[in-house]
Amino acid sequence: MSKHSHHYALGEGLLEKGRNYHFASPVKMIHSLFLINASGDIFLEKHWKSVVSRSVCDYFFEAQERATEPENVPPVIPTPHHYLISVLRHRIYFVAVIQSEVPPLFVIEFLHRVVDTFQDYFGVCTEAAIKDNVVVVYELLEEMLDNGFPLATESNILKELIKPPTILRTMVNTITGSTNVGEQLPTGQLSVVPWRRTGVKYTNNEAYFDVVEEIDVIIDKSGSTITAEIQGVIDACVKLTGMPDLTLSFMNPRLLDDVSFHPCVRFKRWEAERILSFIPPDGNFRLLSYHVSSQNLVAIPVYVKHNITFREGSSQGRFDLTLGPKQTMGKAVESVLVSSQLPRGVLNANLNPSQGTYTFDPVTKLLSWDVGKINPQKLPSLKGTMNLQAGASKPDENPTINIQFKIQQMAISGLKVNRLDMYGEKYKPFKGIKYMTKAGKFQLLY
Amino acid sequence: MIARGKNASDLFPAVVKNVACKNIEVKKLVYVYLVRYAEEQQDLALLSISTFQRGLKDPNQLIRASALRVLSSIRVTIIVPIMMLAIKEAASDMSPYVRKTAAHAIPKLYSLDPEQKDQLIEVIEKLLADKTTLVAGSVVMAFEEVCPERIDLIHKNYRKLCNLLIDVEEWGQVVIINMLTRYARTQFLNPNVNEALLEEGGGGDKTFYGSDEDEDEDEEEKENKAEAAAMAKRKPYVMDPDHRLLLRNTKPLLQSRNAAVVMAVAQLYFHLAPKAEVGVIAKALVRLLRSHSEVQYVVLQNVATMTIKRRGMFEPYLKSFYIRSTDPTQIKILKLEVLTNLANETNISTILREFQTYIKSMDKDFVAATIQAIGRCATNIGEVRDTCLNGLVQLLSNRDELVVAESVVVIKKLLQMQPEKHSDIIKHMAKLTDNIQVPMARASILWLIGEYCEHVPKIAPDVLRKMAKSFTNEEDIVKLQILNLAAKLYLTNSKQTKLLTQYVLNLAKYDQNYDIRDRARFIRQLIVPTEKSGALSKYAKKLFLALKPAPVLESPFKDRDHFQLGSLSHLLNAKTGGYQELPEWPETAPDPAVRNVEVPEWTKCSSREKRKEKKVEKPFYSDSEGDSGPTESADSGNMELWHHHNIFYHM
Repeated sequence: MSKHSHHYALGEGLLEKGRNYHFASPVKMIHSLFLINASGDIFLEKHWKSVVSRSVCDYFFEAQERATEPENVPPVIPTPHHYLISVLRHRIYFVAVIQSEVPPLFVIEFLHRVVDTFQDYFGVCTEAAIKDNVVVVYELLEEMLDNGFPLATESNILKELIKPPTILRTMVNTITGSTNVGEQLPTGQLSVVPWRRTGVKYTNNEAYFDVVEEIDVIIDKSGSTITAEIQGVIDACVKLTGMPDLTLSFMNPRLLDDVSFHPCVRFKRWEAERILSFIPPDGNFRLLSYHVSSQNLVAIPVYVKHNITFREGSSQGRFDLTLGPKQTMGKAVESVLVSSQLPRGVLNANLNPSQGTYTFDPVTKLLSWDVGKINPQKLPSLKGTMNLQAGASKPDENPTINIQFKIQQMAISGLKVNRLDMYGEKYKPFKGIKYMTKAGKFQLLY
Repeated sequence: MIARGKNASDLFPAVVKNVACKNIEVKKLVYVYLVRYAEEQQDLALLSISTFQRGLKDPNQLIRASALRVLSSIRVTIIVPIMMLAIKEAASDMSPYVRKTAAHAIPKLYSLDPEQKDQLIEVIEKLLADKTTLVAGSVVMAFEEVCPERIDLIHKNYRKLCNLLIDVEEWGQVVIINMLTRYARTQFLNPNVNEALLEEGGGGDKTFYGSDEDEDEDEEEKENKAEAAAMAKRKPYVMDPDHRLLLRNTKPLLQSRNAAVVMAVAQLYFHLAPKAEVGVIAKALVRLLRSHSEVQYVVLQNVATMTIKRRGMFEPYLKSFYIRSTDPTQIKILKLEVLTNLANETNISTILREFQTYIKSMDKDFVAATIQAIGRCATNIGEVRDTCLNGLVQLLSNRDELVVAESVVVIKKLLQMQPEKHSDIIKHMAKLTDNIQVPMARASILWLIGEYCEHVPKIAPDVLRKMAKSFTNEEDIVKLQILNLAAKLYLTNSKQTKLLTQYVLNLAKYDQNYDIRDRARFIRQLIVPTEKSGALSKYAKKLFLALKPAPVLESPFKDRDHFQLGSLSHLLNAKTGGYQELPEWPETAPDPAVRNVEVPEWTKCSSREKRKEKKVEKPFYSDSEGDSGPTESADSGNMELWHHHNIFYHM
């Protein structure tokens, strides 16, 4: 039986009640959730209150059709009776149905938290993974929202409630008939440290911190830097017994003037002493994110020499690009990938890389060059010619060049952890710290 | 099956039987099912109620809580009394977790039966007095849904809520901050009251209405304002310590990882803080621009509104709004909006240089928006008007027709401001009619030539001649403008254009589109006097060649700040259901004593500030570290050392 006929069958009594309830009480927060894949199929729906018909998604599909790119669907779409607030992650639209006033960011932030949780549970957040684990998905959604209001969104607590599926557990469960729902309800929700469960035990106590920085740069035609910013995070993996109380201090905390914290970090201690003091959640979590923007602080680890020219009246263009490292403190620049959207008029490219391989897609006009590691003694280069389509005039659009790379064992901002101390527990933990720099949005305007 | 949207209600009896099942996973799935279908199969759902009632008495707090949670989710009217009883009992439960669940159940019951409102308000009042962080967020949420108008319930709990705030979970923080913003607007005085008075006074001088009758009133008003300003000067503004408490306790939350919390604090500062202090939110908002594109979308909309009122705040972050080629178009366009709002005499040259690179983008919608942005900068900042105009004229030779078309439309608007200076540009545009095909642009050019035909007396008739030739093939908006041009030329230069006009009017008379036929008839009556035509045709020249005011190019975000920022209503620029208006500041402050809480062991003290700090229980977690810092250190190893130990991890 289809949903529509079903709705009609409910009769007038309910209809009247529905209206009454609409005026008397604005039902806040999230009403329903629809998951929609790239081809526009609704493959999962969940309602926290009365059921909203799927047809509400038609408004979303209309907006999707109007948008030139998938990411251009407006995140907030008003419809006659509802509002649709959506996020796009992993090529899946998570569409929340709202009935009345609610801060849009509240819903957006929550939806992202749902995606993060799925990713955390299933390793990937794809349609297949969600369909394979539909029971867990349902249980998670049930715990994350109560009557449309967020309840348990902390992954530590959720994992106590609902154990993540693993191959081993699935096998054991099938044989013994047990389940992946926790036998006990979470203890964390009851304590004053809601992000950490009680009674954690490990034989090897360890705490690892990854300082990962992404550098975003825009360099203009003349080679001067328009913007250079660093987006950094400290991700932690803490497996410590009991209720450890940690402090983490930095050699140069002054770099961190624009930060956001995991709720476990004590704001006041940071403000007073520039020390991170916290009782960590159990397992993986993001301790803080930071942003370094003053240009004199941001070193740019890669330079590019390029010469891409088209001449008026000629059907050929020249392409010449050389990469080199700078200010890397002797660390190797690895996994380098250069890509550029060439002008529409370009038919094909005939290039010669000094190392690595390149591809040019004649349909999307995307040139990408997998460089690998930069050897400072022998700089990688890509040279050759581009052919324009017959009759095409000299392109006047600007191709931009995007670069990706990684540098291990270095935080480009220079941020350095000084020490980590543990209080509250007596054992000696094993501690480690790792630094890495990656290119974020690293662009050259040509 | 439910997940795929199929109807599984036929299975109801079979499923409900399992509610007493011991297996916890089955139990949970039954709950999901029950909540989904109970409304339709009310009688059968009642069978399960006794199981939950038993659960409500369980010694384990977690079982009590989950029983209440499911019971309150079953939308069956008959059980309203049972739910009411359960909520009341749970509200006095020893366990804060159960009390939290009770708070969650309140809106559910309210939506099921609004007549329970009075009883529910009693429960809310009780729970508002709760001192645990666990309950605070949930009960304020219930307050917002059931009785947001009962601001009096907040008084006694105001200081406690401020102090607990930092330890409440993220979602609760958002709800509390938004509620306290509204509360503060009703209880405290406008900290920018002097500024507001000055602004109003300034506006009065310009005689807003401009008509003569208002003058007397204006005079009076001015006097009033002067008096008020004088009053304000005599009695300097002093911020209520409770107002200060709110600002101080929300500020650290700008560092929250949760974008919704940051936005909530930002809007609180925008609506409540003295002008000099609002600046602190800029950095946090700019930081959110690094987040997911949906977050950027919402934040940029709010920043766009803020930049209109408090431009200075975001000026240091100008570069953060520069556009990247990888930004989605909707983000690019919002950033353009912000950049345009931020433009002033000092930074305009930088911004224009930036805009120049945008024009070369491959994203044509974005290029069009950039050209419009240039137009707005040119109108707002007189110094660069000519530079902008020249830049736009250069774009007229761009190879991309859309770019040219957009430029034409914008140039038309700019030229209206000072047409006499720019007849050469009009001439240049006239030549474009041979090439440019975009209807909107053609229409704009024709309008310009018609409007300023006196500045281009030689070219105008020639353009009309060409247009007459191609009339039948033009789009409707172009046809209308051809008629317009013909009419204006006929009135100013009938010698040369009489025949052409007749010809065009005849063509239009038999056009397929009735608008065009109508217009042709209308124009003919007006400009070609016959014995039948009325008195109007005498005024034809005045009608057609009246001086038209230049269009005002202003931000679509102007005046949006009458909506509470961060709200859905603000984003859509329309009031949504359940939106609570942000009240205007009161003229005089209501009695601050209502927030005083009687504390027996505590005697009166002269300074309220001090009193407040002591009175409320200190939040357990965040405040305790100051004095009761960690005492024993299990390990005080140097980081440098374990860098070496941990060599594998480096790899």
